[in-house]
Amino acid sequence: MKLFVSEGNPHCLKVLAALEVTGAKCDVQYVNHEERVVPFLSRPALPALLLPSGLHLFSSNAICRYLFEVNGQDSSELCNQWLEWEATELQPALLQALHMAVLQGKGSEVSKVLQGPLNYLDQSLSKKNTPYLTGEAVSVADVVLWAALYPILSDSSLALGDRKSVKIWFDHGAAMHSLQCAAQKVLQGKGLQGMKSYMQKQPAPQSSQCRDTQPCNSSPAESEEGERLVSEEEIEAAALTWSKSLNACPLVANRQHPILPQEGKRNLLVTSALPYVNNVPHLGNIIGCVLSADVFSRYGRLRDWNVLFVCGTDEYGTATENKAREEGLTPQQICDKYHAVHSSIYKWFQIDFDYFGRTTTEKQTEIFSGDSTSTGFLVEDTVEQLRCESCQRFLADRFVEGTCPHCSYPEARGDQCDKCGRLINAVELREPQCKVCRQTPVIRSSKHLFLDLPKLETQLEQWLDKSTSTGDWTANAKQITRSWLRDGLKPRCITRDLKWGTPVPHPDFKEKVFYVWFDAPIGYLSITANYTDKWETWWKNPHQVELYNFMAKDNVPFHSVVFPCSLLGAQDNYTLVNHLVATEYLNYEDTKFSKSRGVGVFGDMAKDTGIPSDVWRFYLLVRASRGTGFSLLLGRHGYEKQL
Amino acid sequence: MALRELSSLEKFLGLKKPNKYSTQGDKKVPVLQSNNGPALVGLVTIACHLVKEAKRPELLGDSAESRAVVQQWLEHRVTKLDGCTKEDVKTVLKDFNLYLQDKVYLAGNQFTLADIFMYYGIHSLIVELAIQEKEQYMNVTRWFDHIQHYPSIRHHLPPVAVLRNRIYTGRHH
Repeated sequence: MKLFVSEGNPHCLKVLAALEVTGAKCDVQYVNHEERVVPFLSRPALPALLLPSGLHLFSSNAICRYLFEVNGQDSSELCNQWLEWEATELQPALLQALHMAVLQGKGSEVSKVLQGPLNYLDQSLSKKNTPYLTGEAVSVADVVLWAALYPILSDSSLALGDRKSVKIWFDHGAAMHSLQCAAQKVLQGKGLQGMKSYMQKQPAPQSSQCRDTQPCNSSPAESEEGERLVSEEEIEAAALTWSKSLNACPLVANRQHPILPQEGKRNLLVTSALPYVNNVPHLGNIIGCVLSADVFSRYGRLRDWNVLFVCGTDEYGTATENKAREEGLTPQQICDKYHAVHSSIYKWFQIDFDYFGRTTTEKQTEIFSGDSTSTGFLVEDTVEQLRCESCQRFLADRFVEGTCPHCSYPEARGDQCDKCGRLINAVELREPQCKVCRQTPVIRSSKHLFLDLPKLETQLEQWLDKSTSTGDWTANAKQITRSWLRDGLKPRCITRDLKWGTPVPHPDFKEKVFYVWFDAPIGYLSITANYTDKWETWWKNPHQVELYNFMAKDNVPFHSVVFPCSLLGAQDNYTLVNHLVATEYLNYEDTKFSKSRGVGVFGDMAKDTGIPSDVWRFYLLVRASRGTGFSLLLGRHGYEKQL
Repeated sequence: MALRELSSLEKFLGLKKPNKYSTQGDKKVPVLQSNNGPALVGLVTIACHLVKEAKRPELLGDSAESRAVVQQWLEHRVTKLDGCTKEDVKTVLKDFNLYLQDKVYLAGNQFTLADIFMYYGIHSLIVELAIQEKEQYMNVTRWFDHIQHYPSIRHHLPPVAVLRNRIYTGRHH
């Protein structure tokens, strides 16, 4: 057994004193401060004790404790408590005090730093009223604390204040020959100054008052409040339920269509953003809304909630007109063809819709006539639009391509820039081109209807405050909505000069149709109306029904601002969104999936791989649960390793 | 955090009745009130007390030497590890890695309270490490993975993946 110490090192005081008090047999070797005695420690740590077994002890308290134990004196719990206090509370303050007194010459400030620990010591001693810390006899706790405090308390130049109990206790120790002996060896009679060369080699202490470097290992306060500790009873209850297995669960009743809201049950109306009909759906669409909604609906039914899950193809709009032109068919024919494709793909993916409809039905037009048109939240205005003279038509949105005025992306579409995501009006595009004939369009005026969002803003905000705080909204949905509101709502143009769309039921606007993003959410209503005549029990019943909207994040503003505003404007007690779940984009090897650009894995390709749909479902769900943006990395390797 | 560790320790020890703890000071030092005696203050102190209460003294070390080593690492946990700054992390892990080179557990070949509390204390550092860094501190990772799989230890802490595995990365388990 060998003890390594260095002169002027206050920690060595403890171990030398302990050695003297216990009379243990041990070699003592004096080394320099920089000596690395303990092989696994980067910074020199002294004192250190080399144990007979070859292990090293580098903690002075542990060394003292060990010396006492081999001498037959075990440490009591109170002893341990003092030693822990010494290491965690006293030492940091002492180190600072010594630094100030020895190196900075700020002896007068030492008192403030040591005030807390010394007061604590004083209180404990006076309460206990015994000569020593743990009772009538000297323990390792006394030796350690005496030695730790010796340099400070024996220096009369430091005005530390009058603490009677501490003084009495300390004097006991100071009078002990063993302590004096140890002090002599370490300090060489030079008092505090004897520690100068040691202190110079130590890193500057961090004052407990001001930490400029945050401790990275401190437990965050949030985790204390955020997570709830599960109690024993809850764990046992869960285990019991698990062991009872499915027999004790309520049977999932066969679904009776039409599903209508029921008294006394939780009624959930679940929608998935309506996929554009104009092409084969790809994996991005599937995870983007239908799959997540499907999993949730299945869960809801198992929980015996009354769930209605509707969706359908969104068929109006310029995208469809484009596609029709490409394939040489009428828009109606395109819609019929692709609706069937969508339907069969979702069936293969086992998406369990209660009803999968389409927006191009009479119900759509009917519902519109009873809408905001009559209640004063619509404004007429003249709009400048791009008109392609060679095609003889007003171009809108997807018929125009140009450079984004905000981020200079050269392939910005006429309604939204794919790169920066900002909504734009086609007239704002730089270097616009007609998608069909590539001619530069001219600007002409046309009369249009606007939804007066600013007028509805207060009502909307009231609703959103309530909904976002009590409902399940994903963080991205809340952020996107907030930034829309922050940017300030402006009147939105809801009509277009097109043939293929819901006709505007207003005599002045006979040649116009509703803008697809305005009429698509109405699609939820008309699809439900096609499912059951009693659709209003779902859609005009906010007190009994909870509306869940599932979508990809680019659809958020339409579902959280535009659509609720149209419903609020109609003033007909419509059910508004309670819970909004937005998924992040699925990337195909780092680029965005795009139907209109033909990039990505499409529905029927998945089926053709021969991999069962459950596997695809699982894979997409696992990937999606990851958080912000996720990439589909294909290649047999990746897939096999995943599963 | 300290209270959660004590609660997990109680579960590991199989103590039937969980204790009620309070805290003192701005460092939130845990305090255990006792019916017949003075209160016990301090994470290490209380932990050792629980071990004795559960009659598992071997967890504190079965020889004077191993007992000293256990106390040393417990002290190290509450002094150097808790509240260590970003700059210190590398040194802490490097030293620890070197120490564990020839040891299965902190006290050599015996599982002790030191392993439990160093595991609790170092978890938040390990969780932040990338796979490559975990491989750099091979011994720490080996020890950490061993301890986190020890029956009934983990409780309040999420498991950390140490293997290169495509599906589950880092802390997003």
